[in-house]
Amino acid sequence: MSNKDEVRLIVDGKRLDGRAFDELRPIKIKVGVLKRADGSCYLEMGKNKVVVAVYGPREVHPRHLQDPVKAVVRYRYNMAPFSVEERKRPGPDRRSVEISKVSREALEAIVMKELFPRSGIDVFVEVLQADAGSRTACLNAASVALVDAGVPMKGMISSVAVAKVDGELVLDPMKEEDFYGEADMPFAFFIRNDRIESIALLQMDGRVTKDEFIKAVKMAKDGAMRIYKMQKEAIKSKYVVESEEEVD
Amino acid sequence: MGDDIILDIRRDYVLGKIRDGERIDGRAFDEYRKIEIETGIIEKAEGSALVKIGDTQVVVGIKMQPGEPFPDTPDKGIIITNAELVPLASPTFEPGPPDENSVELARVVDRGIRESEAVDLSKLVIEEGEKVWLVFIDIHALDDDGNLMDASALAAISALLNTTVPAERFEIGDDFPLPVRDLPVAVTSHIIGNVFVVDPNKDEENASKNFITVTTDSDDNIVAVQKSGSYLLDEEKLYQIIETSIKKARENRKLLKEV
Repeated sequence: MSNKDEVRLIVDGKRLDGRAFDELRPIKIKVGVLKRADGSCYLEMGKNKVVVAVYGPREVHPRHLQDPVKAVVRYRYNMAPFSVEERKRPGPDRRSVEISKVSREALEAIVMKELFPRSGIDVFVEVLQADAGSRTACLNAASVALVDAGVPMKGMISSVAVAKVDGELVLDPMKEEDFYGEADMPFAFFIRNDRIESIALLQMDGRVTKDEFIKAVKMAKDGAMRIYKMQKEAIKSKYVVESEEEVD
Repeated sequence: MGDDIILDIRRDYVLGKIRDGERIDGRAFDEYRKIEIETGIIEKAEGSALVKIGDTQVVVGIKMQPGEPFPDTPDKGIIITNAELVPLASPTFEPGPPDENSVELARVVDRGIRESEAVDLSKLVIEEGEKVWLVFIDIHALDDDGNLMDASALAAISALLNTTVPAERFEIGDDFPLPVRDLPVAVTSHIIGNVFVVDPNKDEENASKNFITVTTDSDDNIVAVQKSGSYLLDEEKLYQIIETSIKKARENRKLLKEV
């Protein structure tokens, strides 16, 4: 986090894009956008544009990765070379490896893997455009795509980050806030029966006090609940349309 | 297969003990194993440290060389952190390119040092926009008896404290000690059943792979957090863990001051 003194990110109590501190960026969710995948989702969160495909439960290749008692969940976070300002070299870098790991772990905690021994559930995530918070956008989309694929889960995952910029905590930071800010805290929550139960993903880098950190958790929970409602709407809307067609 | 059965027995033993409010090695839930820090062990490196936490051993070596700065930070030196889980450290480590565990280890250690601004990177500029010092932090695990994370983080900051910038070797002035201005300390808690314990040993790690690492700076600020493992973390427990991490970090930081 550099050059923090030079850029002012909060002017007259508003953020650079006019948002309030606890305001999300606009979110757009479309379910079932890919024909070949078992489940899919396209999601926009501000300027982030991500698409997720879920394949499975299906046979695991290579075979030695099979688990005789439960399904193996795989998660591949991949950024398109054109997704960022300076072209990203294709293929996994260390950042993608780490994001894939913690995101997979978040989903593993809620997918009912025990129902599918020896099989694999693959979640492929492509970031078409990134603008801070892409891992949270991807998890939101992945959670919807898993529902679309009919994978049994204990609940949903909704994910959002909180940043500290100019000494203030802000929800769902965009690129400038992430880059010049003092801290970035991505969260994902496990939501069941319309209630946040626990934390599925938590990372943080920057510098905050303990009290600020606790405040950030509350803020993220609030934002995640709003995202959860949009995820639910998106899933419902797909099936509403289909059932009307059947009636005709 | 035989190994699996032994692992199962050990797991039951660990979990049974925890249920009784005890740990298999007799430690309290918030107690570290004995920590030993030895610095300057590799003469060829600019800085180095061997850290032992119980039977876990990690060596960190610092190498430095001049190089080009990043375009967006022309006035700052660069830190590059890498971790190698070499096969000699554990029967489960395999040779080859870094897997996700070593990538995560390196990145979490890196974040603690970077975000606490432990190294004053502005003092590592040779020629602004052209040439700066690159600081390579290489983490070399020697023996993994659990909690490589905290051992690596301690070894990294200890090695940095012990580092001399090799300016003379590159004919750019006099050698000077690396400017280190903060002491980030990582504390890893291991969530096992309904409780959490700090500084898990290998048997505890084998019983559950659920961790959270909280790194704090000298002013008790939180500078890095990483939840690691496929589990769901209770919010109240998180706050307890942070409380404990700050307390334990203060204790471990005292050892660093003696370095």
